[in-house]
Amino acid sequence: MAMIGQPLDRIDGRAKVTGAAKYAAEFRVPNAVHAVLVQSTIAAGSITGFDLKEASDMPGVLAIITPNNAGKLTHPENVPQAVAGPLLQNKDILFNGQHVALVVAETLEQAQSAASAVRLTYTRGEAATSMDAMLGQAYPPKHFRNGARPPDTSRGNADESFATGAVKMDATYVTPIEHHNPMEPHATIAAWDGDRVTVWTATQGISGVQSTLAGQFGIDKANVRAICPYVGAGFGSKGNTWPPATLAALAARTVRRPVKLVLSRSQMYTSNGYRPRTVQKLKIAAAADGALLSMRHDGFSSMSRPSLGEFAEPVALATEMLYACPNVAVTHRLVALNAALPTYMRAPGEASGVYALESAMDEMAVALKMDPIAFRLKNYAETDPHENKPFASKALRACYEQGARAFGWEKRSAEPRSMRDGNILIGWGFATSTYPTNRMPSAVKIRMEKDARVVLQCGTQDIGTGTYTVMTQVAADTLGIPMHHIRFELGDSNMPPGPVSGGSMTVASVSPSVQAACRALLDKIKDRAVAQPGWGGQSRDGLQLRDGQVVGIGQQISLATLLEHGPIEAEAKTQPGDEKKEFSMHAFGAQFAEVRVDPDLGEIRVSRYVGAFDGGNILNAKTARSQLIGGITYGIGMALHEETLVDQETGRIVNTNVAEYLMPVNADVPDIQTIIVPNDDKNSNPLGVKGIGELPMVGVAAAIANAVYHATGVRVRKVPIRIEDVL
Amino acid sequence: MQAFTLTQPSNIQSAVAAASEPQTKYIAGGTDLLQLAKDDIETPRQLVDLEPLPMSGIHAGPNGLRLEALARMSDVAAHPAVVHGWPVLSQALLASASPQIRNMATVGGNLLQRTRCGYFRDTGFACNKRVPGSGCPAINGENRMHAILGVSDHCIATNPGDMAVAMMVLDAELELIGRNGTRKVAIGDFHRLPADTPHIETILRPGELITGIAIPASAAARRSGYLKVRDRASFEFAVVSAAVALDMDGGTIRSARVAAGGVGTKPWRLPEVEAALTGKPARAATLQEAAGRAGEGAKTTAMNAFKLVLLRRAVLRALQTVAA
Repeated sequence: MAMIGQPLDRIDGRAKVTGAAKYAAEFRVPNAVHAVLVQSTIAAGSITGFDLKEASDMPGVLAIITPNNAGKLTHPENVPQAVAGPLLQNKDILFNGQHVALVVAETLEQAQSAASAVRLTYTRGEAATSMDAMLGQAYPPKHFRNGARPPDTSRGNADESFATGAVKMDATYVTPIEHHNPMEPHATIAAWDGDRVTVWTATQGISGVQSTLAGQFGIDKANVRAICPYVGAGFGSKGNTWPPATLAALAARTVRRPVKLVLSRSQMYTSNGYRPRTVQKLKIAAAADGALLSMRHDGFSSMSRPSLGEFAEPVALATEMLYACPNVAVTHRLVALNAALPTYMRAPGEASGVYALESAMDEMAVALKMDPIAFRLKNYAETDPHENKPFASKALRACYEQGARAFGWEKRSAEPRSMRDGNILIGWGFATSTYPTNRMPSAVKIRMEKDARVVLQCGTQDIGTGTYTVMTQVAADTLGIPMHHIRFELGDSNMPPGPVSGGSMTVASVSPSVQAACRALLDKIKDRAVAQPGWGGQSRDGLQLRDGQVVGIGQQISLATLLEHGPIEAEAKTQPGDEKKEFSMHAFGAQFAEVRVDPDLGEIRVSRYVGAFDGGNILNAKTARSQLIGGITYGIGMALHEETLVDQETGRIVNTNVAEYLMPVNADVPDIQTIIVPNDDKNSNPLGVKGIGELPMVGVAAAIANAVYHATGVRVRKVPIRIEDVL
Repeated sequence: MQAFTLTQPSNIQSAVAAASEPQTKYIAGGTDLLQLAKDDIETPRQLVDLEPLPMSGIHAGPNGLRLEALARMSDVAAHPAVVHGWPVLSQALLASASPQIRNMATVGGNLLQRTRCGYFRDTGFACNKRVPGSGCPAINGENRMHAILGVSDHCIATNPGDMAVAMMVLDAELELIGRNGTRKVAIGDFHRLPADTPHIETILRPGELITGIAIPASAAARRSGYLKVRDRASFEFAVVSAAVALDMDGGTIRSARVAAGGVGTKPWRLPEVEAALTGKPARAATLQEAAGRAGEGAKTTAMNAFKLVLLRRAVLRALQTVAA
């Protein structure tokens, strides 16, 4: 039976629930000491001095590293999105909560205690803390999508055609700063041996850690070893190599001992990025029959001071390709603030952008008096209208149909406030989901041991999504041997390189190399068979591996016998081909939400949810469903709960904990029905997968906001939607 | 967190004696104090551990309920006599925190839970409650969750509790012990308004310890209920909450006790609502009119002005539920 597609338990599940799985901070490195960060309490200015008397006299303190004595670092070249600071390289204060010193002590408690005794003096500068006040000074990003495309694009003439529309909307949507809040904090243990450094670090990209640290410390990449067998989620916050990882290595070099640096929950709010606040202006016009005439999407996202790096939230990319509209213009702008550098967060761009787009589409459907799904179907894009290419595959129509059927959409009465359960208002909302299909090069090494067990290695990561499990399934099917004879190893930069675990691309990128490595191994096994005495004349391609035997014409030999000559090894590298030139590659979905709103008390709860997704070929139905319900839950948080609050006077975040930064708890999440619409996208990659890490959260906030409108008649154009918005 | 010593007394007297040392805090469940200590908001040099003391009994009788201070929130909430005789108390406890926290937290400690004001809980901000005279950035800051009743120019931090709000409508009385002996204080007199000393939150004297809470039995206590309005369905502090206890004579309200949470700098009794209910028939119009009076003297900000509207609606809903 084929393993691919089965709803299998994750291989690492038992290790995780029993505590056997070792996360970065849990490695025992002999002689390790502890580092704790000190952070600024002003948002702009510069450090004029440190008073370290009290702190340095405290027991156990080994070093206090400040910009006055920190070792010099260089900026890594050719590392996309490299974070330029804060790395204690100068005394400028660019945001509140910036790293300004690092205390190293024998124990964690000693380091914490001394860190709170470090005193600083500053000169205060003028801080820009309000994005709305600074919108007029927005500027185009310099490295939008790492230079892969311009920040502004258009087709037709969106402005002129807007005027000709029979039905129009023009509105601004706002999404807040959100923080990833993975359960596992950022953590690094760094240990030097001469000019070689090993880091055990919580990361979504060990290759990035390797090249970033090599660049910063001016050493060869081969001299950096990054280890990360498990990640307690990242959601994008562990995609870049953030300063704490570098500072741990810097501290270890300073005190000449291994150093462990674990961020506190509060420090996680200014140390490893966040989803920036966005202000999005949408203008849409349609003919009276619902045919779209014009779409304009102007996106502004909040940024740090530019010297820290650059991240632009690509909010309007889906607007380009999702609907067959002849006139479209999109722009992306940045608003520099005294804030930490933002970064990718689950479904970067699409989560914020499709929230605005699909809210605006709902407003249009209401104005047109059309059913929201019928309006989408009227403007269904059969081919990518922006790139003028066919889609590699697109089963969005089936997502609409199957989702609507499961949800019972046809029973919806269109009028707001028309559906009730007693006193409670019921609202049904809908939105489209989409996310690009990505792929990067990867390499895999494989070895069949003398006992016929197989080990595969790739320097990829399992960020909780099931990489260990699905790669083992792919190998089992390709080799034709049971899964329990296969071990897939990852998370060590000594292994052949894999890409960053981001952009929903791990399966699409790594599984082709797994498959290729397995095939290369099979070939070698067969080569060894045909080299056996008496096998001359047999063609390698005619052989089969079956039940531990290599079977040829009229002959067979056991693997055990073949392996007496020693283990067999192979390696494979794969990379994307020209498919991106030929096809537009995207995953799709349809999101359906039911909300219940207490009309007097304003409490909004999601009571029912259906999501139908075209994620291409699904390798494991169980880990896939986990991804889907996790993404939808993330979207519920975006719609109703999550918001980082920044004090406008000081630029300091007020709710740096998971009590006041609300995320959904179990009671907020209904039984979620997920539908996987069958598809197999071999145009995109050999396994036909699309990636489903980010797709399920895209559009959720819009579906819920649209449901809130349907329940209450109140159109809320910002998230999270709060009690007072519907009172 | 600063280093501290841990003292484990063998009885209440030695606990009180140990607490006469400066910079001492009692610790029971530790669900709030440990967070505060980790964030350097509390910097005790000595913790006196109450956990080993036999002070966790729940005693229910025909005349009333006596909770020893170390009774767990979860045990009180689930106690059949409490569920039947003082439903508002059980409901308020079940609406508090999470099961894990309720399993650790004690009723005595819960009365001393400190505000969730983000400015108070971060030493990177000024805060009059933490550092008297340093200022209150919350007044012009992120104050959606802040108080609208009992506020001063020095502090608008909300008292975070649910249980104390329920106790306000049950005429609970706290039993205290200190160096100079024992005393009793009504729950309504226990918490102080911030005025110009927001750092002094209760009438507890240095080293004084809550040993128990006495709650009388009454018809009103039996006919009581708690409503909590919040941004998520569980494990979240109240945006607004309402506790109601009604003594009914047929369809007439003989007397009413009404209090609110999430809106006050201390658990907030609403005498203006009670007065409008006393002696009146429990008709829709009466309840509506009475609830509309809630929040007398409220002082709101742009971000939390909705709380006054929500308070009246929450009180009305709680009255309707309890009167029905």
